[in-house]
Amino acid sequence: MNAWLPVLTLATSLLPALIIFRLPDHRARARTLVNLAGAVGKLALVAVMLNGVAAGEVYETRWALAPGLDILLRVDALCLLFLTLSAFLWLLTTIYAIGYFGDAPNQSRFFGFFSLCVAATTGVALSGTLITFFLFYEFLTLSTWPLVTHKGDAKSIAAGRKYLAYTLAGSAALLIGMVWLESMAGPVEFAVPDSLLQLPSLPLVIIFALLIGGLGVKSALVPLHGWLPAAMVAPAPVSALLHAVAVVKAGAFGIVRIVYDVYGFDLVQSLGVHLPLAAVASATIIYGSVRALFQNDLKRRLAFSTVSQVSYIVLGTALAGPVATVGGLVHLVHQGLMKITLFFCAGALAERIGVTRVDQFDGIGRAMPVTMTAFTIGALGMVGVPPVAGFVSKWQLGLGGLDAGQPWVLFVLATSSLLNAAYFLPLVYRAWFVPPVAAAPRGREHGLMLIWPAAVTATVALGAGLFAGFAFSPLSWAQLIMQRFYGS
Amino acid sequence: MTEPALAVALPLGACLLTVVLGRRASWLLWPVVPASLAVAWLMARRVPTAHALGGWDAPLGIVLRADGLAAAFVLMTAVVASGIGLYAARYFATAVETRRTFAFWPLFYAVWTAANTIFLSGDIFNLYVALELLTLAAIALVALDGSTRNLVAAMRYVLFALFGSLAFLIGAALIYSAYGTLDMALLQGRVTAEPATLVAVGLISAGLFAKTALFPFHAWLPPAHAGAPAPASALLSALVVKASFYILFRLWFDVLPDLAGAGVVVLFGVLGSLAVLYGSIQAIRQQRLKPIIAYSTVAQLGYLFLVFPLAGAGGEAQPWANGAWSGAVFHALAHAFAKAAMFLAAGAMILSAGDDRLGSMAGLGKSVPVASFAFGLAAVSLMGLPPSGGFLAKYLMLKAAFASGEVWWAAVLVGGGLLAAVYLFRPLNELMRTRAADAPPLARVHWTLEAVPLVLALGAVLLGLASLEPYRLIDVGSPRAALEGLS
Repeated sequence: MNAWLPVLTLATSLLPALIIFRLPDHRARARTLVNLAGAVGKLALVAVMLNGVAAGEVYETRWALAPGLDILLRVDALCLLFLTLSAFLWLLTTIYAIGYFGDAPNQSRFFGFFSLCVAATTGVALSGTLITFFLFYEFLTLSTWPLVTHKGDAKSIAAGRKYLAYTLAGSAALLIGMVWLESMAGPVEFAVPDSLLQLPSLPLVIIFALLIGGLGVKSALVPLHGWLPAAMVAPAPVSALLHAVAVVKAGAFGIVRIVYDVYGFDLVQSLGVHLPLAAVASATIIYGSVRALFQNDLKRRLAFSTVSQVSYIVLGTALAGPVATVGGLVHLVHQGLMKITLFFCAGALAERIGVTRVDQFDGIGRAMPVTMTAFTIGALGMVGVPPVAGFVSKWQLGLGGLDAGQPWVLFVLATSSLLNAAYFLPLVYRAWFVPPVAAAPRGREHGLMLIWPAAVTATVALGAGLFAGFAFSPLSWAQLIMQRFYGS
Repeated sequence: MTEPALAVALPLGACLLTVVLGRRASWLLWPVVPASLAVAWLMARRVPTAHALGGWDAPLGIVLRADGLAAAFVLMTAVVASGIGLYAARYFATAVETRRTFAFWPLFYAVWTAANTIFLSGDIFNLYVALELLTLAAIALVALDGSTRNLVAAMRYVLFALFGSLAFLIGAALIYSAYGTLDMALLQGRVTAEPATLVAVGLISAGLFAKTALFPFHAWLPPAHAGAPAPASALLSALVVKASFYILFRLWFDVLPDLAGAGVVVLFGVLGSLAVLYGSIQAIRQQRLKPIIAYSTVAQLGYLFLVFPLAGAGGEAQPWANGAWSGAVFHALAHAFAKAAMFLAAGAMILSAGDDRLGSMAGLGKSVPVASFAFGLAAVSLMGLPPSGGFLAKYLMLKAAFASGEVWWAAVLVGGGLLAAVYLFRPLNELMRTRAADAPPLARVHWTLEAVPLVLALGAVLLGLASLEPYRLIDVGSPRAALEGLS
């Protein structure tokens, strides 16, 4: 049974994809049923495995590609952190997407690739060997492309082209790094301690740079981030998927895996590669925030905010100390919750009252009260105002920086928080306290499936901050992972 | 014991019967497809096996031998040819004129017969005969339409093919005069680096280069493969060029590993790299779908020649040689599935859109969704992205490049993959594009024309996922050079 659970988890999004591809566009009810059945089934499986892993169970499935070269699906604590997040957000994004698209055309294609995308993300989370990770990581690249180009107009096609140019170049770097490493060390399995210690250090440093460079494209490290703002032409559910559930997260998750489970702390520190990575992450945090400040288009502002926020995860990882690790890992979840809230809201605003630019925000709190409440919670969280989840991340990261003997991290965090406040608070202020322009387009909040997912994720983001001390909160789970990393 | 003989006899018998059956020749698929699949499957289960025709052993009689490599190629051919046959039965049924329907079937089975003979022969003269049959049938397939453009393409093919045949034949004669036999098993270990032998080997290799369309002998391939009707294009790109490469591959790894010095393998590798580069750049420049796919074949065949430097000329046992060898075999097999799928999918698209200009492809993703998906899957394998046989092949060859320290071949492998993405995403972009309201409407096509490409493309993907069994199969009875490297 334990060997089947990872496969079943993968199947809960792979099978719906195959069924949905075969459904004609007008069978909306059947499509919704299959989608939701898959998403709920996955959440149930994840809940079972959360309990099991907390109690020390191991779930793994092996499948040989060639002698010695294994596909390995393994559920460990780190896997579940990402898997739980993506399973939960997948359910909400599916509901949201159903509300968003209404009866637009090409929905079977959309939801088919959408489910494939989630299957790929699940695979990324479950990967237990480097080649398995690469396999699902590329699968993710390919299954996301039809979503980015979904609208089929010239702008979407161009965005898709840019997306591929970045990600395929990144995967080439990743492939070279992986094969080079495996040509010296044999097939790499995650979390096998000290497997690389015998290797010469110069190639290891170059390979580290190649792997992180390859993964840095998806996690949008500056200067590899250019595809992310361009991909904003895609429909809102796709943006939510790219920014919170799947793509940038897969990149950040991969960096965590490489640092902790392929190289390991000790090796990373003795090679001295962690500080350059921390520096790149810090530069990305500041750069993304500064760029966000100058965007008038709401989705572009949120995109640059993602560039900045995802690098908190990388920063926490690169500091290579136990407290900072917890901060980075917990932000993987917290950023997902808060950012998806903001994107849900942005999509709802554009659909219902036609607001897509910052200068249209005046007084919209009255027309869209639920949406703007959720938006406010998400924005405050991003700034790091307690008790929203983002505060917990920043607090942990700050402590982690001090703990790792890198006090300059506090400066990065403070600067970034100020900038976050500078680009988020005016939105909140305009929405609630500035009277609406008389000529503003009128509309109102309606459509259960479009509006309420944001309220749910905002509540969870608030809860994750308020109840951070409880068992199974993202923070406690990140601490569990950290304890297992450090073997204490 | 009789499977090798049956693998040749089945398509041969069908080829002869098509003449009798005439208009009803496509009915032959019903018995031939399941029987061929069964024979190929059984053979793969029982390798190594051999069959002496009429009970006469070599060198007097003809012996058909199947090791793992041969069985894998026969099995691949059975699947791909079956798919192409089923597709062709429907494809030609929709055409207005029927002349090419008559001509297609005997040629189809002739190609199948010749390919299986090549995979199973251990004798250079038999290889020559089979190769001639293969080439003649292939040329006729190019000219099937009878249009001036196709006749010109076929004539150009004839020129290259005749040069190839002549070179091969002279080489074979020189070998026979030097060693008194053309049996590859008997030649093994006897061949020495005398001048006459070197000339012979050079001629044979050059002849096979011409037939495999290795750069700079590629000029015949793009117009021929792009001009033929879809099922014929698939047959030519997936099987015909593989058969001549197979002979070259066998010859060097089974018979002549000691002659493969550093100069030889680097020359092969450089030509292969140039093919990858040139084919890809030409593919990027094309404005029509089928020429893109045809130039892609030129590029993809180039990768196969990287096996020679990657597995070669170290003077001592090279542990990475087996990875390179297996990688090349996987590449040949995966390319056969993927390229057949792609040409067949393109056939369905062209039927739907009316022509093959990239500009008229917008909206095809909606009118032929399954064929479009198949095209995408095949493209994934050709780009060498996971999960696919093309990826596994690239992984194995890349690993050999790094392990041997000759990392410049890795640049070709990775760069070629990126270039493939550039030329393949051009048509894929069009599939995603919304069709303009004033564009001519797209036709529906019969479901067979969409399902067959999907099955073949899934074959390319499966080859990368369920790869352990094929990996073990090709290793059965593989030559020493496949394990330890050339020379």
